[in-house]
Amino acid sequence: MALERLFRRRRAQGEARDIPELWVKCPKCDAQIYKKDLESNLHVCPKCEHHLRLSADRRIEMLADAGSFEQITGLKPTDPLGFVDTEPYPRRLERYQKEAGRPDAIVGGRCTIGGVESVLLVMDYAFAGGSMGSVVGEEITRGIELAARENRAVVIVSVSGGARMQEAALSLMQMAKTTLALDRLWAKKLPYVSILTDPTTGGVTASFAAIADVILAEPGALIGFAGPRVIKQTIRQDLPEGFQRSEFLLKHGMVDQVVDRRRLKETVARILKLLHPRTVNHAG
Amino acid sequence: MPLEFEKPIEELEAKIAELEGFAASSGVDLSGELQVLRERLAQLKAETFDNLSRWERVQLARAPGRPTTLDVIGGIMTEFVELYGDRTYGEDPAVVGGLARFEGTSVVVVGHQKGRDTKENIRRNFAMPHPEGYRKAMRMMDLADRFGRPFIAFIDTPGAYPGVSAEERGQAWVIAQSIQRMARLRVPAIAIILGEGGSGGALAIGVGNRVLILENAWYSVISPESCAAILWRDAKEAAKAAEALRLSAPDLLSLGIVDRIIPEPSGGAHRDPTATLANIKQALQATLAELADLSPEQLFEDRYRRFRGLGRYQI
Ligand SMILES: [Zn+2]
Repeated sequence: MALERLFRRRRAQGEARDIPELWVKCPKCDAQIYKKDLESNLHVCPKCEHHLRLSADRRIEMLADAGSFEQITGLKPTDPLGFVDTEPYPRRLERYQKEAGRPDAIVGGRCTIGGVESVLLVMDYAFAGGSMGSVVGEEITRGIELAARENRAVVIVSVSGGARMQEAALSLMQMAKTTLALDRLWAKKLPYVSILTDPTTGGVTASFAAIADVILAEPGALIGFAGPRVIKQTIRQDLPEGFQRSEFLLKHGMVDQVVDRRRLKETVARILKLLHPRTVNHAG
Repeated sequence: MPLEFEKPIEELEAKIAELEGFAASSGVDLSGELQVLRERLAQLKAETFDNLSRWERVQLARAPGRPTTLDVIGGIMTEFVELYGDRTYGEDPAVVGGLARFEGTSVVVVGHQKGRDTKENIRRNFAMPHPEGYRKAMRMMDLADRFGRPFIAFIDTPGAYPGVSAEERGQAWVIAQSIQRMARLRVPAIAIILGEGGSGGALAIGVGNRVLILENAWYSVISPESCAAILWRDAKEAAKAAEALRLSAPDLLSLGIVDRIIPEPSGGAHRDPTATLANIKQALQATLAELADLSPEQLFEDRYRRFRGLGRYQI
């Protein structure tokens, strides 16, 4: 048994060298996982259940009912401040756009989730670490307003290092804009489920992500206001075990449930059906 | 203790004072020499203060002696009754609030509170609130709404406190809630940035129908030092970061993030706090008058529209 495992592992490593894209190493338990197995398991490690990062497109595939997604996002960022640090912001944007294959760090659209008419908005970590500037703020606001107009539920999947520095105070204002927009849903009794994934910090946590009707978190996700490095510098002490992880937040009463990704869709669908004033059947 | 760029001015002022003293005690006529020095001082002040860099403004915004929230409340309002506590966990001295009277009208006030010396600064955590502070602020918003009183918020914080206790008690959550609560006010809400407007910790009480800013105050998504540490990998590049962030009052006015700049005396508010308070009073009076005729629902919609329009993008 042990020998067989050793053999399989060695073969795995060998193959990983030859065809690297076939195998993925779990960052938590170091297991070599056959990529197809990982993908069919929604990027959850079959050995240790660690939740690896999932692309925005896969998120949509996972949450929206098959064939129901109709994209509404597509705004493009600008450089309102003429921001230059070690390189100009427009050049960074170009690179991010190439890396992520979309104009900014968000994609969203109309869809049904478990039959419930919804607007699904998903942040994209591949674009500048999912940072929130004017485009992310505007797309989220438009998505929420659209949902309010069309009596749809809202589901937002957050993954973000926080507000985007290169748009400075304009990024900060997106926290207010998105938060204010949520009142439009409130007025029409439409449900909003916020899904926090690894990592969700800064201005995104401190705005629309934290004031949903129901807040779900994926296991082991880093979630907080300040980043752990900043906190460590401030208090000059080691941080407690599991600090700012989903389970820590559950214990401190900040999220409703920590949900395994493989049960996320059914959980979200159930909540929406329980809260939404009319399901797709009534909507016709 | 003068700021770095104030030093030549302070030195010249000291020299003039010394000569004046000598002239008075000795009876020697130095009026010609003094006249020359005073002219040079005026010129030096103009050169320094009329062309402040963004980084110099940030230093003015943090200068010791700059009016704090309690100084402003004490200076332009009467009958202040300070109210304490968040009714949930504790009392956060980084945020002050209560009832007061402004030009005959009773108002509800809240603000970040810096210390006026090191000891007080430590007690007030350098105006970096914990969740309790924001819950206190939300209590004040509740009071304003229930009694139909204008709500005035004074912003002066480097940011919400980044610490273990604050995270455990939901720092991000209370900031979001405070933004939402302030947005829902059915009374006139005015935010005035007195010194530092550090990120979400500032915005939490910044959702006003009108947002005013003192001439040398700053407001941004991150402090210049932290921005420099991340983008330049060196906190000492803060001056460059301050420029890039466009965090000064004129920048913010042109972006529509603030609605009015409150002028400061030449050289900054700390050089003449009394004149500064008079300017704040005048601006607050004018702004309240602008909002006086709006109904509760109009005030709510006006605030929504104001923030709805912020952001720059291409279709
Ligand atoms: Zn694993």
